Amino acid sequence: MRIKEHPILKFEHGKKVKFYYNGTELEGYEGETIAAALHAAGIRTMRESIHLHRPRGLFCNIGNCSSCLMVVDGMPNVRVCVEKLREGMRVETQRGKGELK
Amino acid sequence: MRYTEICIIGGGPAGLTAALKAAGLGAEVTLVDRNDYLGGQLIKQTHRFFGSKQQRASERGINIARELSAAVLNNDKIKVLTEATVLGYYEDGVVAVEQHDKFIKIKPQKLIVATGGAEKTLAFPNNDLPGIYGAGAVQTLVNVNGVKPGKKVLMVGAGNIGVIVSYQLIQAGVEVAAIIEAAPTIGAYWVHASKVVRAGVPIYTSHTIKRAWGDQELEGATVVKLDENWQPIAGTEIDFDVDVICLSVGLSPLTELLWQAGCKMAYVPELCGHVPLRNENLETSIPGIYVAGDVGGIEEASAAMMEGALAGLNAAKSLGYHAPDFAEQRAGVLKELEGLRSGPVGEKIRSGLAKVVL
Repeated sequence: MRIKEHPILKFEHGKKVKFYYNGTELEGYEGETIAAALHAAGIRTMRESIHLHRPRGLFCNIGNCSSCLMVVDGMPNVRVCVEKLREGMRVETQRGKGELK
Repeated sequence: MRYTEICIIGGGPAGLTAALKAAGLGAEVTLVDRNDYLGGQLIKQTHRFFGSKQQRASERGINIARELSAAVLNNDKIKVLTEATVLGYYEDGVVAVEQHDKFIKIKPQKLIVATGGAEKTLAFPNNDLPGIYGAGAVQTLVNVNGVKPGKKVLMVGAGNIGVIVSYQLIQAGVEVAAIIEAAPTIGAYWVHASKVVRAGVPIYTSHTIKRAWGDQELEGATVVKLDENWQPIAGTEIDFDVDVICLSVGLSPLTELLWQAGCKMAYVPELCGHVPLRNENLETSIPGIYVAGDVGGIEEASAAMMEGALAGLNAAKSLGYHAPDFAEQRAGVLKELEGLRSGPVGEKIRSGLAKVVL
């Protein structure tokens, strides 16, 4: 959910782009973080915990904690809270530790 | 290898002020930050600051960030590397940096570490469910990204961050069900606390979170009252159907680089974790390595800016730079810091700092 009105802030966005979350087409703004675009679409689960496969989402949102690692364009362990959204990106829930191909 | 007189790690309030002060004396500075912007966590602080004029009181954090960043970017003496993550500090004094998938080595004569802090979490069942965030994370989401974290929030912690973020959530159109605080008293300044109470948010002191629940995401939480020994009182449970919990239970200093450099460290609860020992000039046990801001103990942005000023001035002075009003500038900064840490509010920080003097 995006904030429409704010007493202090005005949010400026890049151009609208399409991206894919686990294959589903979504819209976001170029240059915003992937996590922001997913939250705007109501998606808050980013990965599974390694051992117990519990759902995990954002925790720090500034690139510190690694709670939000996802697979982006085939690359695992991307911190989506700081990675910027681009047209056509393929973002997937990360399961396990991820492998570099 | 890149050579520089002073390398500053971290472009938040402490690092930016350090850069401006050091460059002001004539030193050549390289400022490194992992983000693609400068300002650190100031960029999400929409509230007005307290303190004196020199600490930019009554200005909003976002405007302070804008002004300091512009001043740094327009200063010929300061070279800025953004999207640049410091990976390590080597024993020969080399700072290893990754920028745009490239490995860069920087060899500074003096180093100022201003890496800030990280949010703490809290132990309770299901504390890992999506929907449970650090309060600062939600502040970033709402004030920087312009996106809501969910519909209804339970804030854990009634210190300044918890109370201020609660108010900012309301400003963004998000419902705050309650603020709970394990301590018997509210830690935040009264002016902030009374604002959220006026907005209709109850603050439950002596309450903690017992457990959260939810299938794939957070659906609610049970809160319980604590007795004077901080033990839960059976039968006092309250359920909240919230889809967001914000944890505002403190920060800890981000000191990895200082450990790596071999700085003498001490665990000081009042400063929120392991912190470096330092002298009056904010120089650590390793000559030439200075600290400024939350990395040396969690305080507030106003104190971080003053520490940055002090570290910047002293690092430049140690390289032989001078200004006719140096003593005056330094004394002014020390006086501001003393003011910020005075009175009952500053008691914790004063007792913490007394334990880390070299």
